[in-house]
Amino acid sequence: MARRVVITGLGSVCALGVGMDALWAGLVEGRTGLGPLRALDASGFRSKLAGEVAGFSAKDYVPKHYRKAVKVMARDIELAVGAARKAVEDAGLVTRGTSEDGADAGLTYRPERMGCHIGAGLIAAETEEMSAAMATARGEEVGGGGGGGAFSLRKWGGEGGGGMEALTPLWLLKYLPNMLACHVTIIHGCEGPSNTITCAESSGLLSIGESSRVIERGAADLCFSGGAESKLNCMGVLRMDLAGRLAATGEATDGSPFVKPYDPGAAGGILGEGGGILILEAEETARARGAKVYAEVAGFGGGQSLAGYEGAGDEGYRNAILNALDDAGIGPEKIDAIVPLAASIPGLDAAEAGALRAAFGDRLSSVPIVHFGANIGNCTAGAGGLQAAVAARCIAEQKVPARVHSGSPDKALDAAAAPARSAKLTYVLVCTGALGGQNAAVVLKSVA
Amino acid sequence: MSARVVITGMGWVTPLGCDLESVWAKLLRGQSAVGRVSRFDASTFKTNFAAEVKGFRLEDHLGEKAAAHAHAGLNTQFALAAAMQAWKQSGLGAHARSGKLVSRRFGMYLGAGEGQLDFDNFASTNLAGWDGAARKVDARRWAEAAYRNMDAVREVEQEPNMCLSHVAELLGCRGPASNCMTACAASTQAVGEAFELLRHGDADVMIAGGAHTMIHPLGMTGFIRLTAMSRRVDDPEHAARPFDQTRDGFVMGEGAGMVVLETLEHAMSRGATPLCEVVGFGSTADAFRITDIQPDGKGGGGAMMDACRQAGISPREPGADGRPRVHYISAHGTGTKENDSIETKAVKLVFGPLAPKVPFSSVKSMLGHLIQAAGAVELITCVQAIRTGWIPATINLKTPDPACDLDHVPNQARDLNPAGGVDLCLSNSFGFGGQNDTIAVKRFVA
Repeated sequence: MARRVVITGLGSVCALGVGMDALWAGLVEGRTGLGPLRALDASGFRSKLAGEVAGFSAKDYVPKHYRKAVKVMARDIELAVGAARKAVEDAGLVTRGTSEDGADAGLTYRPERMGCHIGAGLIAAETEEMSAAMATARGEEVGGGGGGGAFSLRKWGGEGGGGMEALTPLWLLKYLPNMLACHVTIIHGCEGPSNTITCAESSGLLSIGESSRVIERGAADLCFSGGAESKLNCMGVLRMDLAGRLAATGEATDGSPFVKPYDPGAAGGILGEGGGILILEAEETARARGAKVYAEVAGFGGGQSLAGYEGAGDEGYRNAILNALDDAGIGPEKIDAIVPLAASIPGLDAAEAGALRAAFGDRLSSVPIVHFGANIGNCTAGAGGLQAAVAARCIAEQKVPARVHSGSPDKALDAAAAPARSAKLTYVLVCTGALGGQNAAVVLKSVA
Repeated sequence: MSARVVITGMGWVTPLGCDLESVWAKLLRGQSAVGRVSRFDASTFKTNFAAEVKGFRLEDHLGEKAAAHAHAGLNTQFALAAAMQAWKQSGLGAHARSGKLVSRRFGMYLGAGEGQLDFDNFASTNLAGWDGAARKVDARRWAEAAYRNMDAVREVEQEPNMCLSHVAELLGCRGPASNCMTACAASTQAVGEAFELLRHGDADVMIAGGAHTMIHPLGMTGFIRLTAMSRRVDDPEHAARPFDQTRDGFVMGEGAGMVVLETLEHAMSRGATPLCEVVGFGSTADAFRITDIQPDGKGGGGAMMDACRQAGISPREPGADGRPRVHYISAHGTGTKENDSIETKAVKLVFGPLAPKVPFSSVKSMLGHLIQAAGAVELITCVQAIRTGWIPATINLKTPDPACDLDHVPNQARDLNPAGGVDLCLSNSFGFGGQNDTIAVKRFVA
């Protein structure tokens, strides 16, 4: 008999603030965190708006002895570390990270019983440090313009004393995707199974599915689970735009009207940065310590779509939903709300809507959709963890938050602008597609 | 009752070649694949050698289907070639053509690395954006250059989940799909999690493995700055020397390894012949430091211990024939000072007094370190050991290190058939940052 898995802590960092209370309040009130991108001069990019986390540093979320390590954390890692800390506090856990001396006395769980699955993106090297280093590796100038010559690999290698030596020795470790999980495991002392799933927007839900399986099979009693990413850097914004994922924002300063999922006029989303990390526990050990329980993770499923950068083809997405429903042992009629990616990207929206129609049939229009891209943007690998955290909070509050939507979404879906309202929520489906075609779905269940 | 899981197909692309049997023969001969970097001008790099895949052509593996993947990155092309070999060996093609393979029950779990950076355009864009007078990036200028220089497809194809997309297109997987990046542990972890998904009943068939190349300017740069690679530029062929006292770092390799995993029930129902059974998976985190391995070997030891436990064996107890129950360990064995001595400690932690009797070698001495692809390729060597009764050597091991004093199978492959063959192997992979994974594979007995 597989063990049951429950959610006992929620941690989030996003454009609406740090911690779930800030995110939830913002969603209920229908506020947006999408404004001008300030992390870099965005005037040369087509998409100049973003959901940025203002005034955030991981320094405030690590034990004193670990503050030096923040220097080797890319922004993605900082977001994960912050979200993990908020989740630990919410779950009422004592870990190596909550005691200033990092001692093992009084820990809620033994380190080898704690795992960590944090989805991540491909982290781009900081343009500032890389460009400064590359500028020391220019070859002989041809023609003369005062700017220096073209890049020389020979100089980069070390000829003449410049080049790669200008990068900090630990440069690579700032950008390895597994460093999100590695820092969190080091800070909080998780010596059990740990993984880093990198499937774009699906990374977070795939991680939650994997954590559930790990706990079910008894390989750990608790897992940090979710994802985090920030693409708010030169390479990140460029790649997302080249892939057709972002709305061209012109001179606008409010990003929320651009995000209108399932609307025929949707033309890309707004990039957000963020992390959502949940504490998943075996029900038996969570109950034994008297933990508060948000919801049970009742089902998980995955599915691969036909290749296509926009996630075209809904067969894989439908498979993910059906697999999750089967795993939960329920039919679609039991689902009381849906928290999809709702990316406002035409191909992905169409795949998502098609998969939901295939799974739910005519009943789809009566199931409330919870979406919040207009509030916090597309947080890419951070999205799934945030979706699951919001879904768990919906169940705990028995409420769906307000929806911000400036357009007219597909009538088959209950996704138009609406105020917050109370709702009887027993089962909630969280689902996502991804650039690259990996789809994932998780069914959460009320334990009340 | 969890499902039993077997391997029914294997394929690889390695610096020693791209087919199962010829590469295995070279490994048993102790051949090194290491030489000067030919792919770019690395002549001034502190490490200017690597184990490159030579003469690779996707059409040799995919035939006319190669054209549909011509825009894929090199790592993805390696993945496709290895997956196709595994697919052919499994015999699933006929099964799929007759409509009996349920695509929703056919998944993938890869530990593929990121694609190769479009380095020339990256460099020229960074220089165009650099304001030398202000000593900072002018992001507006950078963006103008980037939109001019960078190609949308080349950028998207660097995403680490692109191998999944291409393999799905080639083979028709529509079931659960994941990709993980736990550095050097990735493809072992991928095979392990695929094994667990099958055991749990999430799928009937999984393609699992990894693909990676970091033999490009920025990939080499990262490891040179970390001083993790050998700098024996005067003698590249003998630079990869795991467990040797004079070792000075790993040698970069590249390639892919893929296996077809199936539930035993599914394999039997179609009359397939299992190549071996997967019987254990262990996964731990060091939770120690981002730059150093936990010095007692607890992390790697825990992964091996968990894999043995799942396989139903007590590693410290010999079998009825007096031999240790584990007949071979494929070491992570990178050739860095730290890894090899701590991994040796970990084996001693797990096997106690039996440790010196368990052959424990590193094929990285010949293939170099295939980074995220390493684990899957090394797992395949374990299956080959079971199938042939031979185990590969650690070459270039001339000066034993007192801190690495186990049976590293120095310099000469060994025939274990006279001792009764090879029944059970462990394959270790430990990632930078502390993720440790071990898989146990066993001779298949119905």
